[in-house]
Amino acid sequence: MKFVDEYREAGPSREYARRIAQICTRPWTIMEVCGGQTHSIIRFGIDQLLPSSVTLLHGPGCPVCVTPLELVEKAIEIASRPEVVFCSFGDMLRVPGRRRDLLAVKAQGGDVRMVYSPLDALKIARANPTREVVFFAVGFETTAPANALAVYQAAQEGIRNFSILVSHVRVPPALEAILSEPENRVQGFLAAGHVCTVMGYREYEPIAARWKVPIVVTGFEPMDILQGLYLCISDLEGGRHTVQNQYSRAVREEGNRVAQELIGDVFQIVPRKWRGIGEIAQSGLGLREEYSLFDAELRFGVTDRTVEEPAECRSGLVLRGVIRPPDCASFGTDCTPEHPLGATMVSSEGACAAYYRYRAGASEHEGSKA
Amino acid sequence: MCLAVPGRIVKIQGDEPFRRNGRVDFGGVLREVNLACVPEAREGDYVLVHVGLALSVLDEEEAREVFEALRRIEAAEETESPETQGEVR
Repeated sequence: MKFVDEYREAGPSREYARRIAQICTRPWTIMEVCGGQTHSIIRFGIDQLLPSSVTLLHGPGCPVCVTPLELVEKAIEIASRPEVVFCSFGDMLRVPGRRRDLLAVKAQGGDVRMVYSPLDALKIARANPTREVVFFAVGFETTAPANALAVYQAAQEGIRNFSILVSHVRVPPALEAILSEPENRVQGFLAAGHVCTVMGYREYEPIAARWKVPIVVTGFEPMDILQGLYLCISDLEGGRHTVQNQYSRAVREEGNRVAQELIGDVFQIVPRKWRGIGEIAQSGLGLREEYSLFDAELRFGVTDRTVEEPAECRSGLVLRGVIRPPDCASFGTDCTPEHPLGATMVSSEGACAAYYRYRAGASEHEGSKA
Repeated sequence: MCLAVPGRIVKIQGDEPFRRNGRVDFGGVLREVNLACVPEAREGDYVLVHVGLALSVLDEEEAREVFEALRRIEAAEETESPETQGEVR
């Protein structure tokens, strides 16, 4: 497939890895922000191509993983109501709540449907005017325009039986939260390319300057990630901390203006709780007052529910890059994709799931890398 | 979750700003994609699509940059001028 296959060729990828080894004179720790990048790194064994002095930490960029238990419980409560058709991306359906997940709600007779797009959920609402159709709007800035468009269209058409349960998060405040941790080890970031197709990368300039970390907007194919690492390590070796754009075929400096306007029209910046991390100021998006009619939390009266995070899952430490999945005692034993303790083992982009899928029984690789 | 897939626009329908749709070919699989956020997109263009919405028109020239940067690194090594290594526009 064009724009995919050519970036997976082994030859140039190995050449980039060789160049990285050539310029690397010291140990460096770099975090790839997005779960899609984590998935690619583990799937293609990119970490194993790198010199042992380069450590990759896996970032919090998996919306399913950072959605707090509280919202999963709210989703389960809403989905259990007889009048509701609850629509969600597939990954969210298997995230464990306190006692059950959304798939269990479906098994017990709830109308829970997996959809590809929030616009598909809106179609279901149009076709079923007597049912309450709710979409579980999780996601980073990449997904915000589609969710905003669904709400915008619903408002334009006067569709009253559609609402969204919002769990939207933003990348820049999460990076600042990671950098301000006393135990932070991250020296440079590969920023999430698809988030930047929407937002551009100007908002990363003050972060790079304030914390003196290079940030490279990076794509998702092996060549992209290796070039991103090369650029990041070049900066680190040279004592620079610039913002660079590796993913220039898709990302413009200013981002996508139409998408930003849509987001700004429907959503506003709010504080949000991250699973395993806690509340981060200005780290989320919530519906604007004018669109509160479409807020599922208000519509179904679940705003005040609070739930403590389970102690046995250490995903918060994984999401902050403090530990790697195989460092957790439950990894692969008490916690597997069939019986996950937390969302990082459920989502296809969760770091724990990526290690389990591509490195099951391969813990010796970890030993040699660490 | 932030997965976005490149596909080629085969046909564009509708010109109302938020309902502009395209049939997009993803390596042989055709899907309807909302083109509201890429008003500049034309038939034949490649777009990056996330949950049914196109977010960006892919730039063919920039797409070669990954390979050209590697060639520049190699050329720089030959002329031994490390300042130009990994330069990105």
